[in-house]
Amino acid sequence: MVEFSLPPRSKVRPGRTHKAAPDAVRMKRFHVYRYDPDSGDNPRLDTFEIDLDACGPMVLDALLKIKNEVDTTLAFRRSCREGVCGSCAFNIDGTNTLACIKPIDEIRGDVKIYPLPHMAVVKDLVVDLSLAYAQYAAIEPWLETESTPADRERRQSPEERAKLDGMWECVLCFCCQTSCPSYWWNPEKYLGPAILLQAYRWIADSRDEHTAERLDFLDDPYRLYRCHTIMNCTSTCPKDLNPGKAIAEIKKLQAQRR
Amino acid sequence: MDMRSPMGRVRGHGSAGEATAHFWAQRMTSLALIPLSLWFVFAAVSLVGADHATFKAFLGHHGNVLLTVLFVLVLFRHAQLGLQVVIEDYVHADGSKLASLIAVKFLAALGAASCALAAIKLAYGS
Repeated sequence: MVEFSLPPRSKVRPGRTHKAAPDAVRMKRFHVYRYDPDSGDNPRLDTFEIDLDACGPMVLDALLKIKNEVDTTLAFRRSCREGVCGSCAFNIDGTNTLACIKPIDEIRGDVKIYPLPHMAVVKDLVVDLSLAYAQYAAIEPWLETESTPADRERRQSPEERAKLDGMWECVLCFCCQTSCPSYWWNPEKYLGPAILLQAYRWIADSRDEHTAERLDFLDDPYRLYRCHTIMNCTSTCPKDLNPGKAIAEIKKLQAQRR
Repeated sequence: MDMRSPMGRVRGHGSAGEATAHFWAQRMTSLALIPLSLWFVFAAVSLVGADHATFKAFLGHHGNVLLTVLFVLVLFRHAQLGLQVVIEDYVHADGSKLASLIAVKFLAALGAASCALAAIKLAYGS
């Protein structure tokens, strides 16, 4: 059944407060979710006071400052710091987004940073994405063909190529995936918005010859039809993509081929 | 304890394959319910305070009893399809899920048949 409250071991307790230097002028508080699997303790919410005059403009800059200067034990994923690797996805100020492209000054009041919702937490802001990665692999996100490969690249008209716009840009940060209540309730059976967006990226690719198999794979009450057009996916996507529309396109194709 | 690999859990039992029929039926019934509900609300409001004889006369009209029967059949079918989705969303234990899915189907059939019979009896009964 649906869980309406956290298990006792997952309840978040108040944590430590790290004060800013007394001469800090533009001070901002960052409340960061902490969980150490080795300690046996419940998760806690640590507070870090950061002097914005000594910090970069993005939320990731603040996290890096905390890790470099205040608490080196803080664990989080990050890599490109410019919104293309999809690593630093957290729940920031109540919305899943990428810390590296979220300006601190867009957030009024204190900044709350939690891991992506409803995922098993490995440590602090690092969540276990192995199920989502397996779901991605299950849709076979590569070109599938039956015809003999030509001795040149498989060609595509500019119009056909344009159909992939809005999908190839996905960085697999799983902000949409973990914002979806349907995915929270049925994470194993429902593929989720990020994976369905990618499934449609290959269905829409004019060079791919396995559209039938791809649609067969998705014709399932859980894999595809758990989407109830809640649209959290589209509103949270840090890259302004539209997984909800991609899912609707798949449903349309399923209906058309009946 | 679940020690299956993530891929094993995701691939599971494969695609059920008939999901689009359910989706389509849900859409078709909701489409049909737009005019049927509008007609039903209009008819119900116009009959507020009416006595038994007026109801009987109303349903005695062939078009009215036809639309009433269509309305309740489509309504209960639509409700059953929708409740099935809600149960699949939230009820995860195999036993209670199957039991509630069966219960919803039976209750919907019971509701639809009762309403349709009541309308027909009132229309054509003595």
